[in-house]
Amino acid sequence: MPPFPRKLLWVLIALAVLVPLLQPLLPDVVSNYRLFLVSTMIIAAIAVLGLNLLTGFNGQISLGHGAFYAVGAYTAGVLMDQLNVPYWACVPAAAIVCFIVGYLFGLPALKLEGHYLALATFALALAVPQILKYKWLEGITGGVQGIVLSKPEPPFGLLTEDQWLYYYCFFIMLALYWAAHNMLNSRSGRAMMAIRDYQIAADTMGIDTALYKTVTFGISAAYTGIAGALSATAIAFVAPDSFNIFLSIKFLIGLVVGGVGSLTGSVVGGIFYVLVDNSAQALSLFIKNDLGLQFDLSAYAVFGILLIMLMYFMPMGLVGGVYLAIRRLRSRA
Amino acid sequence: MEQFFQQLASGLANGAIYACVALALVMIYVSTDHINFAQGEMAMFSTYLSWQLMTWGASFWIAFIAAVALSFLLGLIIERAILRPLHSAPVLSIVVVFIGLLAICNAVAGAIWSYLIKEFPSPFPKTGFGIAGLIGPHQLGVVVVTLVVLTLLFFFFRYTPLGLAMRAAAQNPQMSRLVGVRVDWMLALGWGLAAAVGAVAGIMVAHIVYLDPNMMGGILLYAFAGALVGGIGNPGGAVLGGFIVGVLENMVAFAGNQLEKATGVYIIGNGEKLTVALIIVITVLTLRPAGLFGRVVVKRV
Repeated sequence: MPPFPRKLLWVLIALAVLVPLLQPLLPDVVSNYRLFLVSTMIIAAIAVLGLNLLTGFNGQISLGHGAFYAVGAYTAGVLMDQLNVPYWACVPAAAIVCFIVGYLFGLPALKLEGHYLALATFALALAVPQILKYKWLEGITGGVQGIVLSKPEPPFGLLTEDQWLYYYCFFIMLALYWAAHNMLNSRSGRAMMAIRDYQIAADTMGIDTALYKTVTFGISAAYTGIAGALSATAIAFVAPDSFNIFLSIKFLIGLVVGGVGSLTGSVVGGIFYVLVDNSAQALSLFIKNDLGLQFDLSAYAVFGILLIMLMYFMPMGLVGGVYLAIRRLRSRA
Repeated sequence: MEQFFQQLASGLANGAIYACVALALVMIYVSTDHINFAQGEMAMFSTYLSWQLMTWGASFWIAFIAAVALSFLLGLIIERAILRPLHSAPVLSIVVVFIGLLAICNAVAGAIWSYLIKEFPSPFPKTGFGIAGLIGPHQLGVVVVTLVVLTLLFFFFRYTPLGLAMRAAAQNPQMSRLVGVRVDWMLALGWGLAAAVGAVAGIMVAHIVYLDPNMMGGILLYAFAGALVGGIGNPGGAVLGGFIVGVLENMVAFAGNQLEKATGVYIIGNGEKLTVALIIVITVLTLRPAGLFGRVVVKRV
C-alpha cells in the first residue's frame, strides 16, 4: 500500500484540532458526549496500534493484549489513587511498567510460534480478571470493586473537561503514531518485518531475532498499556471484570478490520470497533426499551461475522480492501 | 483427611469435564493442526440447545441425546462451510476465524437466550446415588457419564473401520487418500465428534457452573492446560491431562486453604485456580511442548 497522502494528513490533523473548538458555536453537533466518544476511539486506536506493531509488523500473534491494557490501566489507577500522582505522569509510568511486563512475557513467547503463541496469549486473556482480583493486591487494586478516580481538570480553565481529554488523547496518539512510523522506517523496523517474513533468513543475516522479538513485545505492550492508562483517566474508573477476553477480541477486530500490518489501518480499526460497539449498545437499548422486546443484541455477532468475512474476502482489512477496489476501478477506467 | 478425599473426588469430577473438552480440542488438533478457540463457546451453545429442548418438555436424557446429535451436525457444517476453504491459509487467518466463531456463538446465544444466568437441572437422583461424605450424586454421575462417552469413543476409534479411517486420515492424509479414504469427510466427521464431546461436557458441567453464555471461559482454559499436559497430539494423554488438571487445581486450592488455616497467611485459594491453569499452560508450552505423553516432533527447516 502507498503511504498515506501527506496533504490529506495535514488537513485531517487540522480538522481534528479545530473542530472541537467550535463547541460554543455548535453545541449540538460538537457535544461533550461526542467528544468523549471520539476520545475513546483515539484510545482504542492506540491499543490497536500496539497490537499491530507486534502481530502485523513482527508476526507474533497475540490474543491477550487486553492483559497489557489492564496493566496500564491499573498502573495509572493505583498511582493516581494511592500516591496522588498527576494523571499526565501516569502515561510514561504505564508505558515503562507495560514495557517490562511485555518484555518478560516476550521471553517465553520466543519459544512459541503460530498457534501456540495464540494459545498462550489466549490463556493469559482468560486469566486476567482473576489475577487482578488477587487477594494480596486487594489493598491497592480495590479487588472486585475496582478503583474510582476523578477526571482530569483542564489546565488554566480554558477548555471544558471533555475538550481537554480529547486534546490530551489526540496529541498522545499523534506522538505515538509518529514514533511508530519512524521506527518502522528505520533499520529496526526493517529487522522487525524481516523476522515476520522469514525468521530463519533474518537470523542468518545477522539480526538478533530474540532481542528484536522480545523488545517488540515490550514496545507493543507499552503502546497498549498507554491506551489502558488513558482509558483509566478518561472513564475515571478501573474494575477487573472489564478486562475480560472480549477486550482482547475487540483489539483483534480493530487489527483485522484496519488491516494487519498497516498503521493507518490501526486508527481506522480502533475507530471502527468503538463505533460498532456503541451503535450496537444503542440499538439494543432501543429494542428493549422502545420496542419492548426481550432481545439482547450484542456487537459481537457483527464482529464475529465480520472477522470471518474479512478473512475470506479482504485479508488486508477494510483499508487495504478499499484501496485495492479503488485501484481496480481506476485501471478499468 | 475426609476433606482431602472430598477435594480429590470433586477434582476428579471436574477433571472428567476438562478431559472431554481437552479430547475435543485434541481431536481437531491432530487432524487439522488447528487449535479450536471456539470449542468452549460451541459447547455452551449445545448446552443451551439441550436446555431449550427441556423447556419444551423433553426429558433430560432425550434432550441430552438430541443436543449431542445436533452439535455433531453443527460441528460438521462448521467444518465444511467455514474451515474447509481456509485449509492452507496462514495461521493468523485461522486463529481469527476461530475467534470470530467464538464471538458469534456467544452473541447468538446471548441474543436468543439472554445473558441472564439460568439454573440447569441434574439428571441424577439426589438420594441413593453417590457416596455420602465423599462424592455428591451429580459429581459421581458426571464421572460415570464421561467415562462411558470416553470408552465408547475409544472403541469407536480402535475397533471400527470408520474409526480406523479417521485415524489414518489424521495421521497421513496423502496416503489415506491413495487407499480410498475420503479424507475431507473424515476431517468433517472429526469436527462433528469434537463438537459432540464438547456438548457432553457442557451439559454435564452446566449444573455446577450454571448456564450463561460465558460459562465455558474458565473451563476452556483448564481444558487447554489438560490437553497440553497430556500432549496436545495425544488423545489418551489429553484425557489423562484433563483429570490431572482437575485434581491439581483442587489440590492447590485445598493446600492453600489448609496453609491459611495453619499459618493465617493467604497465598493461594479458590480465587487463583485460573491463574494456576495459566501457569501450567505457559510452563508446559515453554519447557515441554510435547506434554507428558506427546511425541516430540522434529521439523526440518
